[in-house]
Amino acid sequence: MSQSNGAVVNQLHRDDLGAKLGMWVFLFTEVLLFGGMFLVYAVYRFQFSDLFKLAALELNTGLGTFNTIVLLTSSLTMVLAIVAIQKNKKNLSLFYLASTIGFALIFMVVKYFEWSAKFSHGIYPGSEELLNRQNGEILFFGLYFVMTGLHAFHVIIGVIIIAVLMVFVYKNKIVHDNYVKLENGGLYWHLVDLIWIFLFPLFYLIH
Amino acid sequence: MADGNAHVAAKSFYEEGTTKKSTGITSWLFSTDHKRIGLMYLVTITAFFFVGALFGVLMRLELMAPGETIMGAQEYNTLFTLHGVIMIFLFIIPGIPAIFGNFFLPLQLGAKDVAFPRLNLLSYWIYLIGSVLVILSLFMQGGPIDTGWTFYVPYSVRTTTSVSLPLFAAFVLGFSSILTGLNFIVTIHRMRAPGMNFFRMPLFGWSIYATAWIQVIATPVVGITILLVIIERSFGVGIFDPALGGDPILFQHLFWIYSHPAVYIMILPAMGVVSEIIPTFSRRTIFGYTPIAMSSLAIAFVGYLVWAHHMFTSGMSDTSRVIFSLLTYIVALPSGVKVFNWVATMYKGSIDPKPPFLWVMSFVFLFSIGGLTGLVLGSITADIHVHDTYFVVSHFHYVMFGGTGTIVFAALYYWFPKMFGKMYNIKWANINALFYIIAFNVLYFPKFIMGYQGMPRRYYDYLPEFADLQMLSTIGSWIMFATLVSIFLNLYLAIKKGKKAHNNPWGGVTLEWQTSSPPPLLNFDREITVNHEPYDFSQLKELDYESK
Amino acid sequence: MEHVNTEHKTHSHGYGIYVLVWLALIALTSITVTVAGVDFGKLALPIALFIAAVKSALVINYFMHIKFEEPIFKVFLLLSGTTLLVIFILTFFDVFYR
Repeated sequence: MSQSNGAVVNQLHRDDLGAKLGMWVFLFTEVLLFGGMFLVYAVYRFQFSDLFKLAALELNTGLGTFNTIVLLTSSLTMVLAIVAIQKNKKNLSLFYLASTIGFALIFMVVKYFEWSAKFSHGIYPGSEELLNRQNGEILFFGLYFVMTGLHAFHVIIGVIIIAVLMVFVYKNKIVHDNYVKLENGGLYWHLVDLIWIFLFPLFYLIH
Repeated sequence: MADGNAHVAAKSFYEEGTTKKSTGITSWLFSTDHKRIGLMYLVTITAFFFVGALFGVLMRLELMAPGETIMGAQEYNTLFTLHGVIMIFLFIIPGIPAIFGNFFLPLQLGAKDVAFPRLNLLSYWIYLIGSVLVILSLFMQGGPIDTGWTFYVPYSVRTTTSVSLPLFAAFVLGFSSILTGLNFIVTIHRMRAPGMNFFRMPLFGWSIYATAWIQVIATPVVGITILLVIIERSFGVGIFDPALGGDPILFQHLFWIYSHPAVYIMILPAMGVVSEIIPTFSRRTIFGYTPIAMSSLAIAFVGYLVWAHHMFTSGMSDTSRVIFSLLTYIVALPSGVKVFNWVATMYKGSIDPKPPFLWVMSFVFLFSIGGLTGLVLGSITADIHVHDTYFVVSHFHYVMFGGTGTIVFAALYYWFPKMFGKMYNIKWANINALFYIIAFNVLYFPKFIMGYQGMPRRYYDYLPEFADLQMLSTIGSWIMFATLVSIFLNLYLAIKKGKKAHNNPWGGVTLEWQTSSPPPLLNFDREITVNHEPYDFSQLKELDYESK
Repeated sequence: MEHVNTEHKTHSHGYGIYVLVWLALIALTSITVTVAGVDFGKLALPIALFIAAVKSALVINYFMHIKFEEPIFKVFLLLSGTTLLVIFILTFFDVFYR
């Protein structure tokens, strides 16, 4: 036990449960971050319920539903990647992780088309078209862009994290008896999914 | 094995670091050792404290006489904003958790380090980046920020001064705070020495634990609020601007949902330090350990329920004003539990009035004034009269500076010998404590009177009838600044040429006093097991300590 | 509270259960989309939120493994969830009665 160098001790010290606990605490900060925005949404929806309905009609429910399914499926492949590594099937795990990234990219592409469609109709923050509308609609689209935008930002971060995890799996730094990093990456990814589960009905399904 | 241990014990963490070289600036900036990180915070935070204090002195100079004295209205707006931003985001929020929490939490738990040492270093770096951004924002186009530290919309959306950068800096600093809190939560859950269950943990640990939860849960809310204002400024998105249908009162809600719990981020660790110092200098086990521990959690929770008492005059609904006023009074209960238990601890104790204890007594005096005037502000009718006057300014300086600020010094005097292995000049420290409490009351008490008479806050000019009290307050600011310089001069000289301190100069019984001063890299030269209460002074018979 | 090398307790479930959960999630998504087409008036929002809550419960319990973790994780989750709820309720005391 007579370690003379702290760095060595830090590496030797392994606490999977602690790592997961830390990850969950971090996820709470994310929940509260989005929670603040959901609060803004709730207040404005309460104040402008009719205009929110009017504005929501312009969103494409079909694309929203499609993206929901894509994201749910990516969550499935993420969790399957963990099962695969538990069973010591490295290549299968890599495949599932790659699929997760694939689904995430599909999500982003659809998002891109959705946003550009809005832009081409002249609906973007500060646009003349939008500013000529009623206040409730301005707020709805403001929140739509900010909340889905911040969510998309989290998707991009998630893709980067999963890519790094793939490198770890490839280099055998994540293996069948030491995979807490993969689990934590998965937790982050599921959170991204979780937020979308609420964003979807609140923006796309108001009629 | 025994030889190896003896070898480790010989070297302090100053002589042996986690980096390859153990001296030089990089051995500090890249160190994952919680003690070095704590000391880096100490240096950085002290530097910013003096910058903030200097801004305060300048404001007092401007207010020395009616009319323009040394600056105009715009400069004054900038100064009070910066004074607030620096003192709150750079000094008082990170103050006790980042300096003393980092240094002493693992020591008191009998742990080798925090749960995530590298994350700990990262939060220091993020703090440093955030503070650099604050400084940078002063030189941006449009001039320094003039919104006040509360950044209220719609002014913060419309003003042409540089608002986005300092807001972003606050966001970054919040991130640092979150990571520190996260680290402490996991450390307390996972790193306690064998035998130390939650109820054998020193009360400082409990208060850090409650604080950490507030840091983690509340900070993101202000983070997103700040982000929304930046987005609104940059892209013209309609969110809070009333011209686009936005609700400025909603901004105030979101802002105070964080910023009220944030006052408990400031005061809870201070209360934890008090719970350490009082038993040590009374030579008595703490009275009501469990109630004090639980009251920390209760304060943390109730702290979430009262934010809108900052908004009684904002135009929010009457129903919520009544509800928030009622809830505000409830916070007094857990705070009272603490104070009564501290007093009961001292009762029939063998009190040794060394500097840390004297500073704690100053805290009790100043914080009580701050707390009692808080009741005036918590009742709606009285608040409407004194809202946005010097009364409020005085109140929060009594609780923040008189409360937490005083305890920063108490903690420094208490743990200084452990941190540096040197002892400061005790007599000098006692004189400083005396001057501090005089200066404090000369500086801030006149503001209660002025506020009650109707002197509004945040004005660079005032009516002639306030001239005498303003002058008195300004004189107080000079004594205060001189005292602060004197405090740090004493400590600085102690580091340079102070006497070597005993490992346990006060006769404390918590674990940090059972290792050498300064501690070795891995904190203890033996494996720690705990089998008794944290403040069991019967241990003193077996422990080595410096008696009078 | 041993903290040296706390090895993983594996709850290996095989692939099956996760596929089932995924199917449930897809089913709930189609239900919520279908239901949105029907005019439930004031009930529309609560229904949509209820379905979203059920979906997130599935994700949290199975995909995020909370069901199989130690109790402390559930306490943490409850804590932050409660805080968020409290913030919403107290804010609406203002907005609702203004």
